[in-house]
Amino acid sequence: MNRGALEGIRVVDSSTAWAGPFVSELMALMGAEVIKVESMKRLDHSRVISLSTRQRFTGTDQSSVFNDLNFNKLDVKINLSEPKGAELLKRLVKVSDVVIQNFRPGVMDRLGLGYEALKEVKADIIYLSSSARGAEGPERSYVGYAPSFAAHGGLSYLTGYADGMPAMMMGEIDLISATTSAFAVVAALNHRQRTGEGQYITVSSSETIAVLIGDVLLDYTMNGRVQFRDGNRDEIMAPHNCYRCKGDDKWVSIAISNDEEWRAFIDAIGNPDWAKGERFQDTYLRKENEEELDRLITQWTISHTHYEATEILQRAGVAAAPSFNSEELYNDPHLKERGGYIEVEHPVIGKKAAFAPSWKFSKTPAKITRHAPLFGEHDDYVFGELLEMSQEEIKALIDEKVID
Amino acid sequence: MSEKALEGTKVLEYASFISGPYCSKLLADLGAEVIKIERTGVGDEARRRGPFLGDIPHPERSGLFLYLNTNKKGITLDPETQTGRKIFLELVRWADILIEDKPPKEMEELGFTYDKLKEINPQLIMTSITPFGQTGPYRDYKAYPLNVVHGAGSGYLAPGGSQNLEREPVKSTSFSDDAACGISAAFATICALLPRWSTGVGQYIDVSKQEALMAMDQVELCQYPNEGKVASRKVDPRMAIRVTPCKDGDMMIIAMDDRQWKGLVSMMDEPEWTKDEIFKDILSRMQHMGEMLKNVAPWAMQHTRDEMYHTGQERGAPVAPIRSIEEAANWQQFKERDFFVEIDHPKAGRISYPSAPYKLSKTPWEGGAAPLLGQHNEEVYSTLLGYSKEDIVMMREAGVI
Repeated sequence: MNRGALEGIRVVDSSTAWAGPFVSELMALMGAEVIKVESMKRLDHSRVISLSTRQRFTGTDQSSVFNDLNFNKLDVKINLSEPKGAELLKRLVKVSDVVIQNFRPGVMDRLGLGYEALKEVKADIIYLSSSARGAEGPERSYVGYAPSFAAHGGLSYLTGYADGMPAMMMGEIDLISATTSAFAVVAALNHRQRTGEGQYITVSSSETIAVLIGDVLLDYTMNGRVQFRDGNRDEIMAPHNCYRCKGDDKWVSIAISNDEEWRAFIDAIGNPDWAKGERFQDTYLRKENEEELDRLITQWTISHTHYEATEILQRAGVAAAPSFNSEELYNDPHLKERGGYIEVEHPVIGKKAAFAPSWKFSKTPAKITRHAPLFGEHDDYVFGELLEMSQEEIKALIDEKVID
Repeated sequence: MSEKALEGTKVLEYASFISGPYCSKLLADLGAEVIKIERTGVGDEARRRGPFLGDIPHPERSGLFLYLNTNKKGITLDPETQTGRKIFLELVRWADILIEDKPPKEMEELGFTYDKLKEINPQLIMTSITPFGQTGPYRDYKAYPLNVVHGAGSGYLAPGGSQNLEREPVKSTSFSDDAACGISAAFATICALLPRWSTGVGQYIDVSKQEALMAMDQVELCQYPNEGKVASRKVDPRMAIRVTPCKDGDMMIIAMDDRQWKGLVSMMDEPEWTKDEIFKDILSRMQHMGEMLKNVAPWAMQHTRDEMYHTGQERGAPVAPIRSIEEAANWQQFKERDFFVEIDHPKAGRISYPSAPYKLSKTPWEGGAAPLLGQHNEEVYSTLLGYSKEDIVMMREAGVI
């Protein structure tokens, strides 16, 4: 068996940007057939520009960012604001299992493509509405982007140096949000498999971020405490930080949670005199004298590369890892051996590196099987073969700018 | 009462602290029956970590544990004893899914590798969540969440906004990235569940937390091999999203496309400086972000976050307030979506918890308390596995449970 876990599931996705398209990419990696719906009027803008990576692309098919977020998908042109476009989408939904969209709440309803309308077409459809604040509440129609999800959810406020500004959090936020939505959709697929029942799912991207810090929120609801950002620090562990190493902007992370690890650490770094004093003898004292401790540890790390420091400490049973940058990760022997990156051939932009699906399934492998689709690349297959429309009908819709 | 999305799914959890427990919490909250194994006597690591109710350390009153273990049944077991091992295998036979996060070597020593466990239960889905995965030179590396975050490049990439590179890369707050690994593992696990319902196929899923986090940063990471760009935490001067102090806190200014820029200009009452040629299009604005911010800053200082936020939405500029935890917890929008729910717990009492970010119309999320240490020993050992009362007493005395 070499089929993906979601093989046989068909997904219609009209979402754009990052958080929506990555939901269906995750499903496509698992073998689902994803049909992405775009139009000249409403092109997925990551085909054209990426503000996160500060790139602008010519034409519709040259974006490596779009490529990263849309592997394995099919792509059709349907202008949803034309009534005939909405009808065409319904025909597609009729033969599909899942609908994904991230318009502002209310927009799909106005186009006649809300859950209630599509349920009429396909009774057991699973319909995901993902938006910045969720489909309910006073701010449901507010727009937002990844950095604002982190700002609303409390993550920005809590991340960064204690004496610095709150952090700006970008791409990671969208993809975490998308993984959360994908989890909800597949949970609904499991339910449908057992009961035959479809359903409507709303996701609030701001909430997908807030749930990551449940402990901090409980500290507020239980104790009224408002936690603040504090770099790499931990509540009780020390050392617990990144330490400067030999080289340009190289760092190693070290974390120690008990006396046994501390002794192993001291041993590994050659029992320096400073470590013998009373100031660092137990977990409490180490936490108390953390700043001084960090300074002293740097005296050792600065004379080693982050790889050397990691190896020495790991051999002694101490938790350590380099603070890698993207170049180091790409060349790292561990990721090489695990097949972390693969190459994908794209007809317009050529061979591109891609990050391989991160889970290793023994029976239903997750795979990148093809480059992201060109704009409208699968009009013929989807309209002609899948929907069995005649050439005349297709041509008429092209002329009417419905397929556009 | 409506049915739950994952009703009828039996999950055995042999995990501690963040990623593993969060993964199975996500399943439990949607109706899976989760039996959590905790080490006899000590229990989950999270029980020893704050925040504690009233700041008094108590293994049944850790907010961290209570949050990560809702809706589960809890048993104590020492799988290193002969009897404990036997019981573990009986539970594996019962389960559809095993979620574990032990170092690969430890599972091998216990004889709990997938190859061994599938002999007992061929339909088992086993998900292993470890810092660096089951293969490769780092598979036996010891790593706390801090090390995983930095080992995945997240310190360099994700919390953007360092003004200089003299400062260390920082992690995302609290255990947020470790929780994100749990979501990734939960998604993979229930994908594997789908073909299992129809064909009975069991399988093994190797989840490396390093790779799960890298997947979240993959677009930025691939900029290196594809464009030769090494992303860093340092603020790119052309970044069109910035944090700026204002009258009552910090505001995230987002002025990316033309519409957003026009919205911002309109909010500021169209000051003269905005008419300068250098702000005419997006590329030019990106090149002159410094100039733009210098001009925006004094205006922002005269306004509150709320004013800017709501006006911004009216005018098309999605600027966002940086909410403190208190402000996030009291945000009206969260309230309207019933994001916080009260859950009663025998030792910690009624506390308000964040629920789930998704609402499933037919199979709603439902909150239920985390288990006390060994709370379901009786139920699991006698009702489920058929041990007698005497057996259970003996096992307890022998330190097995």
